[in-house]
Amino acid sequence: MTGPESPRKPELVCPAGTPAALRTAVDAGADAIYCGLANETNARNFAGLNFSPESLAQSIAYAHQRNVHVLLAVNSFATAPRTQMWKDSVDVAARIGADAVIVADIGVAAYVAEKYPDMRLHLSVQAGASSPEAIRYYCEQFGVKRVVLPRILTVAEISAIHRQIPCEIEAFVFGNIGMMSEGRCSLTNYATGISTNMHGVCSPASAVQYVRRPDGSTSAELGPFDIDCYSADESTGYPTICKGRYTNVSRPDPYYAFEEPVTLNLSSLLPDLMNAGVTALKIEGRQRSRSYVQMVVSAFRRAVDDISAGRQPDLGGLAQLSEGGKETQGAFKTKKWR
Amino acid sequence: MPRQTSRTAHETPEPFGLASGKLPKMIGILTAPLPLFPVQPILRRMVLEVTRKRPELFERLGPHIHSTYVIDVAEMPFVLRLRPDPDAPGLSAHRRSEQLNADARISGPFSALFDVMDGAADSDALFFSRDIFISGNTEAAVCLRSALDDLDGSIVEDLIQMSGPLYAPLRFALTRLRKPRVGDRA
Repeated sequence: MTGPESPRKPELVCPAGTPAALRTAVDAGADAIYCGLANETNARNFAGLNFSPESLAQSIAYAHQRNVHVLLAVNSFATAPRTQMWKDSVDVAARIGADAVIVADIGVAAYVAEKYPDMRLHLSVQAGASSPEAIRYYCEQFGVKRVVLPRILTVAEISAIHRQIPCEIEAFVFGNIGMMSEGRCSLTNYATGISTNMHGVCSPASAVQYVRRPDGSTSAELGPFDIDCYSADESTGYPTICKGRYTNVSRPDPYYAFEEPVTLNLSSLLPDLMNAGVTALKIEGRQRSRSYVQMVVSAFRRAVDDISAGRQPDLGGLAQLSEGGKETQGAFKTKKWR
Repeated sequence: MPRQTSRTAHETPEPFGLASGKLPKMIGILTAPLPLFPVQPILRRMVLEVTRKRPELFERLGPHIHSTYVIDVAEMPFVLRLRPDPDAPGLSAHRRSEQLNADARISGPFSALFDVMDGAADSDALFFSRDIFISGNTEAAVCLRSALDDLDGSIVEDLIQMSGPLYAPLRFALTRLRKPRVGDRA
């Protein structure tokens, strides 16, 4: 039994976009891996990524042999008349022994609860459930066992929510951080006609182009839009609208209208998160390489172990992986983070 | 303001002037005058061997097995044109001055590109830091990256083993110039 001064050691939940990345995460010390099938049912439906049912089954076997859980993200929104795809993905998870499914859509949640009542159900960040009332509803209606909180809450708010809900909390600690309206962003849809929330892909690579200009700068284009232009010696970020720079009549110089290219890194807040009652620490990055997975997972493994043992953690080596060369604690420390 | 774009990789302005210094410029200078025709059969053999030994490479490419890629290693005196079609694979060397039709162009210094090929470096981070550059069909480039990243073992080692008379210079370049890997620091 542990008290506030020595919180329970949290689970380290790590990303995998390929079987090789999954094995890398397992070997680097993950407690659980989250991943998705190669279709529109998961919110990282990027070209060339993700798992077939067969490769997922093999990967689960690899993880289970090493006492690591595998969570299947079925966390895009099922739209008529395509709902069978989401049901099929849940069926795959049940058939091959995934340890939980992560869902956002209430229809998918209902399908899991009704057809597989023994299957562990996690609520995706894509559901955008950020109040105790909303989270309790999912718990009561569908038996949700864990909520992945949106990245809009301070640690103090997470702690308050923890005291008011009957399920576990999973919180992001590292990786890409985008628009603060998770599961509701339609910017990609506006620019490309493809929905982040329903097709599972933000800024699809098929709609992205980088063009080197004669002056050495590079423009990033999404569909018909220029979303940024980088000078020759300037760090870049992902080609998403929310991290682009724009001009308008009142601001003729390009500026970040929504977000800046920056990476979430809560390494210095890990003890606070653990004391706040967070059960699982989530690393973002299913679209990243196995090199990223190895570096980040092993760093956070050491940090969690150090904190749990009362040692000072060292997570200084991750800046090189950061988007735009910058890191942030986002809203977790203060709502005035921009 | 919305603007329609339609570009292909070969229209990209000339590569990376990169002067990265990762590989001694002398190698590029010394080899630049050499004819390319002796290299072509070696490259041909390498791509055929990879096709035979690494069939899993093609699964993640999807429709992009029919795409063509220009791989522009900054320190090399020529660029490589790759067609990862398991039924008709192609890898050939070309002068930079050639106007090559390709779907995607991937440019960068030797150490960065070879580490990405081997899963030893994070391509997104190298892209963020401007060490590597892609142009043309981004999806084709991303699929190739994911396909390589999902391979077990070292495809760079495979290629070196297959390189025949290029074995010695490639081995030299790899061992001397490759950045230390994460695991190497322990």
